[in-house]
Amino acid sequence: MNYGISDNPRHVGLELGYLRTLQCVEATLDMDQKTLKKLVESISNTVKNFKKSEVECLVRLFHSLVERANVRLNNLGLDRNAFGAILHSVFGMTDDMLMNRVFFVFDKDHNNRINVKECVKGLSVFLRGTFEEKLKFCFEVYYLNGDGYICREEIFDMLKNSLHQQSSEENDEGIKELVDITLKKMDYDNDGKISFADFEKAVREERLLLEVFGPCLPEAKLCCPRHKSVNCL
Amino acid sequence: MSKQEKRFSDEKEKKEPTNEPPEKEEAAPVQKALTGSGKRTLEKNQINFGKSQMTKRLEPSLSWKATVRFKEYRSLLRDPQEEKHRRRPERSGPPVKPGRAQLVRKSNEKIEEIISESSSESEEGEEPLDRQEANADLPSEYWQIQKLVKYLKGGNQTATVIALCSMKDFNLAQETCQLAIRDVGGLEVLINLLDTDEVKCKIGSLKILKEISHNPQIRRNIVDLGGLPVMVNTLDSPHKSLKCLAAETIANVAKFRRARQAVRRYGGITKLVALLDCGKSSAEPAQSSLYDARDVEVARCGALALWSCSKSYTNKEAIRKAGGIPLLARLLKTSHENMLIPVVGTLQECASEENYRAAIKAERIIENLVKNLNSENEQLQEHCAMAIYQCAEDKETRDLVRLHGGLKRLASLLDNTDNKERLAAVTGAIWKCSISKENVTKFREYKAIETLVGLLTDQPEEVLVNVVGALGECCQDYENRVLVRKCGGIPPLVNLLVGVNQALLVNVTKAVGACAVEPESMMIIDRLDGVRLLWSLLKNPHPEVKASAAWALCPCIQNTKDAGEMVRSFVGGLELVVNLLKSDNKEVLASVCAAITNIANDQENLAVITDRGVVPLLSKLANTNNDKLRRHLAEAISRCCMWGRNRVAFGEYKAVAPLVHYLKSDDPNVHRATAQALYQLSEDADNCVTIHENGAVKLLLDMVGSTDQDLQEAAAGCISNIRRLALATEKARYT
Repeated sequence: MNYGISDNPRHVGLELGYLRTLQCVEATLDMDQKTLKKLVESISNTVKNFKKSEVECLVRLFHSLVERANVRLNNLGLDRNAFGAILHSVFGMTDDMLMNRVFFVFDKDHNNRINVKECVKGLSVFLRGTFEEKLKFCFEVYYLNGDGYICREEIFDMLKNSLHQQSSEENDEGIKELVDITLKKMDYDNDGKISFADFEKAVREERLLLEVFGPCLPEAKLCCPRHKSVNCL
Repeated sequence: MSKQEKRFSDEKEKKEPTNEPPEKEEAAPVQKALTGSGKRTLEKNQINFGKSQMTKRLEPSLSWKATVRFKEYRSLLRDPQEEKHRRRPERSGPPVKPGRAQLVRKSNEKIEEIISESSSESEEGEEPLDRQEANADLPSEYWQIQKLVKYLKGGNQTATVIALCSMKDFNLAQETCQLAIRDVGGLEVLINLLDTDEVKCKIGSLKILKEISHNPQIRRNIVDLGGLPVMVNTLDSPHKSLKCLAAETIANVAKFRRARQAVRRYGGITKLVALLDCGKSSAEPAQSSLYDARDVEVARCGALALWSCSKSYTNKEAIRKAGGIPLLARLLKTSHENMLIPVVGTLQECASEENYRAAIKAERIIENLVKNLNSENEQLQEHCAMAIYQCAEDKETRDLVRLHGGLKRLASLLDNTDNKERLAAVTGAIWKCSISKENVTKFREYKAIETLVGLLTDQPEEVLVNVVGALGECCQDYENRVLVRKCGGIPPLVNLLVGVNQALLVNVTKAVGACAVEPESMMIIDRLDGVRLLWSLLKNPHPEVKASAAWALCPCIQNTKDAGEMVRSFVGGLELVVNLLKSDNKEVLASVCAAITNIANDQENLAVITDRGVVPLLSKLANTNNDKLRRHLAEAISRCCMWGRNRVAFGEYKAVAPLVHYLKSDDPNVHRATAQALYQLSEDADNCVTIHENGAVKLLLDMVGSTDQDLQEAAAGCISNIRRLALATEKARYT
């Protein structure tokens, strides 16, 4: 049975260009129907953006990916490298640091593996997130040390490769100024760092700032435009 | 990067394919500017002639390119002499950005096409090139913006987005900021960004371009830098927000002719029309609920851009060919006011063209225009009224407006006189609708006529032209003439005879002429010296005014007591009229003949004009195919025959033979007039011979059986004269 991405209009949610690039051929699922059903059920309870049929598809997909990544099926899930490879090949992301951060955010229980639940949950935001969900996601990606704020050094770190300058002093100068500009724009409470409230306010005012410190969401052009909430910029 | 930099540093970018004289001129002014001369470079740009819509306009070539920008540099900086030295270090070599397309300078069009535009380009005006900016304003925003542009040039997508968002925070409506962006080379970079694949950068860039393109200078710069083709291509993007932003920016940029032409040339019109196509189902009549909000926005922006572009004649055609009308018609049925305004605006611009009017009728647009007249939005009302004004040249439209209840609404909109543009549009619509008698009846019912009379004073010329036009049409009807007189409409009308506005004068003379049919009104006109004013309008340089004044004089002369005296009292008046017979304009000639017919009723005046050579002048006109001229000419001739030897003279000047040919025309008025002329002429024997020789008898015989009594009598009289002569000749032969 080919449980790849179905063009069947009943499985309408998954006409995502991305997932087509994956060749999920016969996903031999090491799981019986009942377990699968329970799994799908439990995931669907927490993930609202996909239909049950879509969740099932994703579960199968996940398992095929895990298999392909040659990781032992111990149900722990995808490791950093495997996940990074997917982000790169399917979603076109190239920034290593950010890809790491995305992995970190997907991996809610911080066991360095993304299991199926985490994967589906993450993808639901990645691909179909509402504006608020994406907002939270991006912010989580950006604040590196987990204290809930994005501070100056972290911004510097994220932006340090964003200029093409000859000398490294000029580069540093330029980046510092850029960091200043960013803080001036986004730090509404003037405490020298960006809180979630700051971030939210800034992005609500200017939608382009959602991925201000680097692309951490799939390219807007490939997004599925079903939602009423703004998916595409 | 500045244009100057490109010139000096990057030879391969420079594209100067043509080598015309204007090119060479640029070098000279540039040199002059370098040496700090303050002389203003020749701005051979659009000059506002301020003429009416009808005038064709010759546009000089644009050769200001580098000189304009260079002058801006100078004026903006503190010390003009230091300028080039200080600025050099900043512009170190064109940075090559990975993944960014290099901006290729498009060659500018030098020679403008000669095209008539339907709207005056008063918004172009003179572009004030030389700006002495307050130098104190300069530093802070200028340097900040310069820094941001540096990031645009040297940063990756992330840095670029940040810089763009930050730049947007400046007050982009303020000219210093706009020019600052341009002067640090920001425009090139922004346009470059549009050529990339990076969606966020494009969006950010367009947001800025949209704001700063409100500035007329910036618009021209954008076009010169090749911004339009890039923007037009962006219209193809699948992202709705990009489409919207691109269309809105085009709407701002396409406010001068060269830009409008460029949009068309790069295929923009077709793409913009495609944006209008936002309905999901074409089967059902459009309901707003069927439209996705974003699609509505796309359509609105498309309509805005088309509105700007539609001011050019060629674009109007292009829009029609691209299938714009059915789409506009469909959008007209929605109730989104924001969208309706540009849609109606576009329709109104285009409706000045004949081809459009047929299509407009077909698409039931009139009905929706009338419906939207009922909206509360003043701008929408204005544009709907304008559209109706354009379309109501056509009878069917006039009926449609009445059928859908538009007349009442138009009449009620007359009451609010604050918004002058709207008032001009409404009065214009009323004027054109009044061409139909049934509509005039309705207007009287709605008390519009009294209101119109009230608007004869204290209104701007655009309003007056229409008000007077409307009154002129209404006064074709007896009851309205009385009404106008009773409302005191005659004095203000006569006052307007002294203006200079051509269109206004044409309408005023027509209105006064219409009123003059009424003897009582005529007395008022005469008392106010109206006839003398009309007579002096015969000296007006415009033929339409001359003709209209002459037509108006006819009822004046007919309906005045002591008309002969009055006419004689105008010094040089008769000479003036006779001399007008030398004009080339058929309308003028016809009207003057009609006037002469009336003047010649008085014997003394007839003697005077005979002395002035009216007979040869009239005779010279006899060879014409123009029925209107024929009729009035024949009438004039028949009247002039009643003095002295004019009959004979007409024969000598060979007027008779051509007259016979008039009988072959289809126009019954021409028949009658000619028959009467021939009857008068046939009192002279030689003329009889000529008439007979030219085969008039057969034609006249047919006319004897006509239903027109005057024609019958005249034809019969002429034939009888000929016959009598023939008999007399025979008798003479045998005695």
